[in-house]
Amino acid sequence: MKQEDPGSIRSHLQSKTLRPTVFWRVAEDIPPRLRTVFNVTSIALPLFLWWLATTFGQFDPKFLPSPAQVLTAFGQLLQSGALLKDTVASVWRVGVGFLGATLLSIPIGVYGCSFASIRALLEPLFGFIRYMPAPAFIPLLILYLGIEEEPKILLIVIGVFFFNVLMAMDTVKFVPKDLIESTFMLGGNRLATLLQVIFPYVLPGLIDACRINLAAAWQLVIVAELIAATEGLGRHISVAGRFLRTDEIFVYLIIIGVIGMTLDLSLQYLMRVSCRWADQKR
Amino acid sequence: MYLQMVGLNKHFETKNGPLVVLKDIDMNIKQGEFICAVGASGSGKSTLLRQIAGLDAPTAGEVRIDGQTVTGPGPDRGMVFQHYTLYPWMSVQKNTEFGLKLQGVPKKIRREQANYYLNVVGLTPFAKALPKQLSGGMKQRVAIARALASEPKVLLMDEPFGSLDVHTKEAMHEFMLELWQRTQITVFMITHDVEEAVFLANRIYALGSRPGTVRKEMAIDLPNRSTAVKRHSRFHDYRDELMDLMRQHGREALAV
Repeated sequence: MKQEDPGSIRSHLQSKTLRPTVFWRVAEDIPPRLRTVFNVTSIALPLFLWWLATTFGQFDPKFLPSPAQVLTAFGQLLQSGALLKDTVASVWRVGVGFLGATLLSIPIGVYGCSFASIRALLEPLFGFIRYMPAPAFIPLLILYLGIEEEPKILLIVIGVFFFNVLMAMDTVKFVPKDLIESTFMLGGNRLATLLQVIFPYVLPGLIDACRINLAAAWQLVIVAELIAATEGLGRHISVAGRFLRTDEIFVYLIIIGVIGMTLDLSLQYLMRVSCRWADQKR
Repeated sequence: MYLQMVGLNKHFETKNGPLVVLKDIDMNIKQGEFICAVGASGSGKSTLLRQIAGLDAPTAGEVRIDGQTVTGPGPDRGMVFQHYTLYPWMSVQKNTEFGLKLQGVPKKIRREQANYYLNVVGLTPFAKALPKQLSGGMKQRVAIARALASEPKVLLMDEPFGSLDVHTKEAMHEFMLELWQRTQITVFMITHDVEEAVFLANRIYALGSRPGTVRKEMAIDLPNRSTAVKRHSRFHDYRDELMDLMRQHGREALAV
């Protein structure tokens, strides 16, 4: 059986070499100075466009206030103490709810997933409840707990707990089996393996999960305050909306963003300090 | 006999019925021997090691160490895995003493013990380093020091140099022989590398594939254990005999 020589394929190939680039690098770092420039631009450019629009465009301040008007509103709110009171109220709710949910969910997630038996017991139920949006529980929470602080905090707990458990379980799945078995070979019992090997190994993953779920907690506190509250950042936004105080809405939106980002950065810092060994090579 | 496998069988349940991985394995190992079990993939050599380690229970038969039947994992058997199993958040020092910590040895004593074995493996200058700062060969040396720190009855090694480059591997071989002579420890190592086995072991078990059985037992008698011995004719005889055996197994495995 003789096959015909197909000839060289080379003449059909379009010659393509990867051109060097700075901006479009894939999975590679850009020079640090360029990164700083981009990071600053990321904030400065939208601010500048906003300023441009309100200075040269004919916008009703009730529709789009200028940066200066928002700054003035910020000064007034700061002076009257309303901003501080609302911030404290919201931060307190998020703090208590998130901390409670985290303290509950991490042991259950980490230790639950280490034992396939407990995982089999919990995973179906939690996976099911997770898909119920937490705000949908509000009527029930009001019915059971009234309209004080408890339902708001519990809303955050519900919204964070199930996600945190499942994410913690996921981090445990990635603990190498060899690492656990070598601990057994070194004389470790199950409890020691859990506390001294599995937990430290998943800690960076847990902090990451907390970062993501903290953002969810912030969304929920605003939703909770839209329903029934006398103070809080979300509450103030809904009131300001009713009185067409667009400048105040802007102030509160920015404040919420700033607080959220600060919390995120502090968790990132905590991770860098406590889990130096897990530093990504990049 | 010090380390004994008696009628060891291991089956795994699969959809198509039981899969026989180990069949009627009998081994008798004296204290202080350096044993290599050589086999191609599919010879069940890793499974065999897991039975000795106690990480898996045999379907039939048993493993005895110093007269005691193995029922589970424990620190009387030091284990070095193929993949790096150092705890990435612990320094080299902490890694080395971790086994002793798990067994409740007071801090001062375990520190001394760890320092001794870090010195044995030549890593005292790296005591404070994290595993990620070490090369592959160094990581395995820490793993060996960690296993030895509990003064185990036998050192089990699962292709410990499989992922090292040729030169590092050679250095580790010399290191292993020196360590073996110095500590007089019983070593049971599995490998697919025939030269490695001939160079290191004083006795070799050649395993056949599917199911894993002992096909040949071979005492290695070389004039000395320097790298130069690899050019010795007897070294070549041992190696060629084992290679032929493995080749034959490979063909049989393909024919099935």
